[in-house]
Amino acid sequence: MPSLKALRVRINSVKATQKITSAMKMVAAAKLRRAQDRAIAARPYAERMERMLGALSSALPPGADAPFLLSGTGKEKVHLVVVATSDRGLCGAFNSSIVRAARQHIRRLQTENKTVLLLCVGRKGRDQLRRDMGTLIIDAIDNIGKKQVAFAEAADIAGRIATMFDAGEFDVCSVFYSRFKSAMTQIPTRQQLIPFPPPTGEAGSDSGAMGGAVYEYEPDEAEILAELLPRNLAVQIFRALLENAASEQGARMAAMDSATRNAGDMIRRLTLFYNRSRQAAITKELIEIISGAEAV
Amino acid sequence: MADKVQFELVSPERLLVSRAVDMVVIPGGEGDFGVLPGHAPLISTIRPGVIAIHDDGKIAERLFVAGGFAEVTPDRCAVLAEEATPVDKLDRAAIETELRDIKDDMAAAKDDATRAALESRQRIADAKLEALASA
Repeated sequence: MPSLKALRVRINSVKATQKITSAMKMVAAAKLRRAQDRAIAARPYAERMERMLGALSSALPPGADAPFLLSGTGKEKVHLVVVATSDRGLCGAFNSSIVRAARQHIRRLQTENKTVLLLCVGRKGRDQLRRDMGTLIIDAIDNIGKKQVAFAEAADIAGRIATMFDAGEFDVCSVFYSRFKSAMTQIPTRQQLIPFPPPTGEAGSDSGAMGGAVYEYEPDEAEILAELLPRNLAVQIFRALLENAASEQGARMAAMDSATRNAGDMIRRLTLFYNRSRQAAITKELIEIISGAEAV
Repeated sequence: MADKVQFELVSPERLLVSRAVDMVVIPGGEGDFGVLPGHAPLISTIRPGVIAIHDDGKIAERLFVAGGFAEVTPDRCAVLAEEATPVDKLDRAAIETELRDIKDDMAAAKDDATRAALESRQRIADAKLEALASA
């Protein structure tokens, strides 16, 4: 049985931990709000980009050689997988679930005899993937959005991906990140970036509401597409990073909340045990005194 | 038909401007064009230059954009820009230093990629100076 002093020390240390976790919870809650606001603020740009892209890709005459970024290289041999995680831990299963989803995807591709290249964004994902897939990692990017995710950072990543694509280093590119559903739920998601999947129903119905207006293009479709597609890549990555930032804070908030509660439970149990042992010790001493007195 | 056009300026990070205006003049990739209500649907690239917002027959606001895209429909004009600053916030001294830096880097640039990046920066800086001169 631990001594009373040891128990006291233990209780104090758990109390200190609880203070830290509850402070981290508060910080995560504040950061979550900011991250959410930013994700919402970035939405109009992505929406309009998507609408323009939808209009453009449907305006391209069929059979015309669309840019590779849109139609792909026609091969599916080499896959580039971008795994976006956070730089910091203590956020529950946030990083592990993204990595798990990515790992499953990679295994499946490997059984299909595809070559996989990995680009890790964020330190935690790199650390987890390095163990069993270290040879696949071509590069790792750290310190993304240390303060706030900036568009320039997303554009940098997109630039590197585009350069690699132009050099013919891969055929298909997808990104793994955690989609922010609510502060409690984040869904690890895979999104294909290259070739860019045609915009889904939403955008289609939107252009339908436009009365099927036919746009004029200045300069022509192909040239606009050539400029728009790399930009779109950056926007998609930016969106993934923003969602990730919000998810990370949400996951951290939930994790710290349960850690605080667990610490509270532990303190209660330890205090009870401490008081019991203290009383037992007193009773024992009393018994010793009384039986000593009786013996005389 | 409404006699105003809904002008929207969005950057990747947020919606910068969204209001009804009489007319906007946009520096298109193949020349400036004005957008009035009822303009034909158009998608265009934008070169570095000044977007002028007209209200009540005079220029109400002048914004410098470094590039991007414009989508025009009869009642709306959306501009996707990556960098936008009001012209009167541009700082001539800062731009001139930047231009000098670019010239220095250009001399030191080795491969074509960096040179192309520097050239586009130079074009943007030049356009900024031009915007200041015309203000």
